[in-house]
Amino acid sequence: MNNWNWDTFFEAFPLVLEGIWITIGLTVACYLFALLFGFVWTFLRRIPIKPINWLVTWVMEFIRSTPPLVQLFFIFYAWPMVPVVGFAMDPFTSAVLGLGLHFSTYIGEVYRSGIDAVDKGQWEASTALNFSTRQKWTKIIIPQAIPPTIPMLGNYLIIMFKEVPLASTIGVVGILQMANNYGAQNWAYLEPLTIVAILFLILSYPSAILIKKLEVKMNTRFDKKAVVNSSSSKGAV
Amino acid sequence: MSEPIVTFQDVHKSFGDVKVLKGIDLEVKPAEKIAIIGPSGSGKTTIIRMLMTLEEPTAGDIIVDGNNLWKMEKNGKTVDANDKHLRAIRGDIGMVFQHFNLFPHMTILENCMTAIIHVKGENKEKAKKHSIEMLEKVGLGDKLDNYPSQLSGGQKQRVAMARALVMRPKVMLFDEVTSALDPELVGEVLEVIRGIAKDGEMAMILVTHEMDFALDVADKVLFLDEGVIAEQGSASQVIEHSKNERLQSFLKRFRS
Ligand SMILES: Nc1ncnc2c1ncn2[C@@H]1O[C@H](COP(=O)(O)OP(=O)(O)OP(=O)(O)O)[C@@H](O)[C@H]1O
Ligand SMILES: [Mg+2]
Repeated sequence: MNNWNWDTFFEAFPLVLEGIWITIGLTVACYLFALLFGFVWTFLRRIPIKPINWLVTWVMEFIRSTPPLVQLFFIFYAWPMVPVVGFAMDPFTSAVLGLGLHFSTYIGEVYRSGIDAVDKGQWEASTALNFSTRQKWTKIIIPQAIPPTIPMLGNYLIIMFKEVPLASTIGVVGILQMANNYGAQNWAYLEPLTIVAILFLILSYPSAILIKKLEVKMNTRFDKKAVVNSSSSKGAV
Repeated sequence: MSEPIVTFQDVHKSFGDVKVLKGIDLEVKPAEKIAIIGPSGSGKTTIIRMLMTLEEPTAGDIIVDGNNLWKMEKNGKTVDANDKHLRAIRGDIGMVFQHFNLFPHMTILENCMTAIIHVKGENKEKAKKHSIEMLEKVGLGDKLDNYPSQLSGGQKQRVAMARALVMRPKVMLFDEVTSALDPELVGEVLEVIRGIAKDGEMAMILVTHEMDFALDVADKVLFLDEGVIAEQGSASQVIEHSKNERLQSFLKRFRS
C-alpha cells in the first residue's frame, strides 16, 4: 500500500478535471430534458379520461421504481436489439434519455404539487374574467405554481449531479471515469478519487446553500400570501 | 317593459344525490338590482355560480341576453355548450367573490388591466387609463403599484370590484362580498356597491345577509329556502311585510 502522494495528486488533477465538462454538460442536459419532459407528464396526467390517467400514473410509477442504472443499461444495451423500433444511440445521448426520463417523473410530481397548491379561487376568478384556457395557464396559474417549487427543482439538480457518474457504466467519460482510468494506468486510486470527491463537494455544497437561501426567500414570499388568506377568512371565524 | 337580460327556466342542480336547487324561475331586467337572501345551504351561491358558468345546471335553461348559456345548436341538434360558446356569452357577466380571489402575483393595477388587455383586446394605454379611473372610483387611486398582500380586506374587495367593473358586464354578481371582512371594513365596501348601483344601467344580483343594505339597494328580493324561491317581491314586501313564517324566523336572526 502506498501512502498519499502529492505529486500524484497534482499530476492527476488536470487529467481528472478534463472530465468535468462532460460531467457538468451531462447534468445540464439531463436536467433540461427532465424539466421539459416533466411538463409532458404533468400534462398527460391532467387528461380527464380514466384509462389514460391510469396508464400514465402506472408508467410513471414503473419508471420511478426501477433503478436508474437498470434503465441506463436497458436504453444503451437492450433498446438497439428491440425489433422494429429499436436503434442504437451513443453513450451521452443514452445517458440523457435514461437519467432525464427517470428524473422527469419526479419533476412532473413537483410541477403537479405546485399547480395543486394554487387556490381554486384563482381558476374561478380567471373564468369570471373570461380568460381562455391557455391564458389561464400562462397568465394566472403557472406564474403562481412555479416559483414555490424552485427550491425543490434546485434540489433535483443537485441530486441529478450526484447521479450522473452512473453514466460512466455505459462509457460516458466524466470525472469519475477519468479518475478511474488514471488509477488503472498508474495503479494509484487514492489521489484521483479524492479529487473526484473534492470536485463534487466544491460544486454541490455551494449549490445546496444557494438553494437553502432560495427556499427561505420563497417561504417568506409564501408568508405574505398566508397573510392574504388569513385576513380573508377572519370574518368567518 | 324591456326584455330580461337573464332568465332562469325551471333550473335544477344536484351535487351527486343531493338536490340543491329544485326548480328556479327567475327574470332579471336590464339595470334591475336583485338581492337573494336565505339560510346557509339554501343554494344562493349555487344560483349565481351557474350564471357565471362555474357550475353546470342539472336541468333547465339559463338564458342570457337571448342566448341559451349551457346549450347550443350543432348540426340542427341541441347539445351541451362547449367552451367557445360559454366564452362568447360569459363576457356579459361579471362576478365578485366572497374571498376576493385577486391575483397575488400582480399589482393592483395589473389585476385590473390584465383581462381588458388579453380578453377584450384593448390596447395597453387605454386599458391602463380605464383601470386607473375605475380604481380611483373605488378609492384606491393611491395603491396602483401595491400588491394584494399589502391591502386590507376591504381594500382587496374594492380592487376585486374594480377588476370586474372595467370589463363592463351587463350583469354583475356579488356573493356575500362583505362576509369575509372585519366588521369595521364592511361599510366602505357596501358604500362602493351603492355607488355602482346608483350609476345605473348594469343589472346586479347580490347574495347578501345585510338586510338594511338589501332594502336600500334592491328593486326585488328573493327569499331562497331549501332550493326553491319561497318568497319574492319588492324589498319592503319581502323584508318588512311578509307573512311567510320561515322567512320571518330567518329574518329574526338578523334584527335584534
Ligand atoms: N361543489 C359542491 N359539491 C357538493 N356539494 C355542494 C357543492 N357546492 C355546494 N354544495 C352544497 O349545496 C348546498 C347549497 O350550497 P350553496 O353554497 O349554494 O349555499 P348558500 O345558500 O350559498 O349557503 P351560504 O349562505 O352558507 O353561503 C349546500 O348544502 C352545499 O353543501
Ligand atoms: Mg354562499
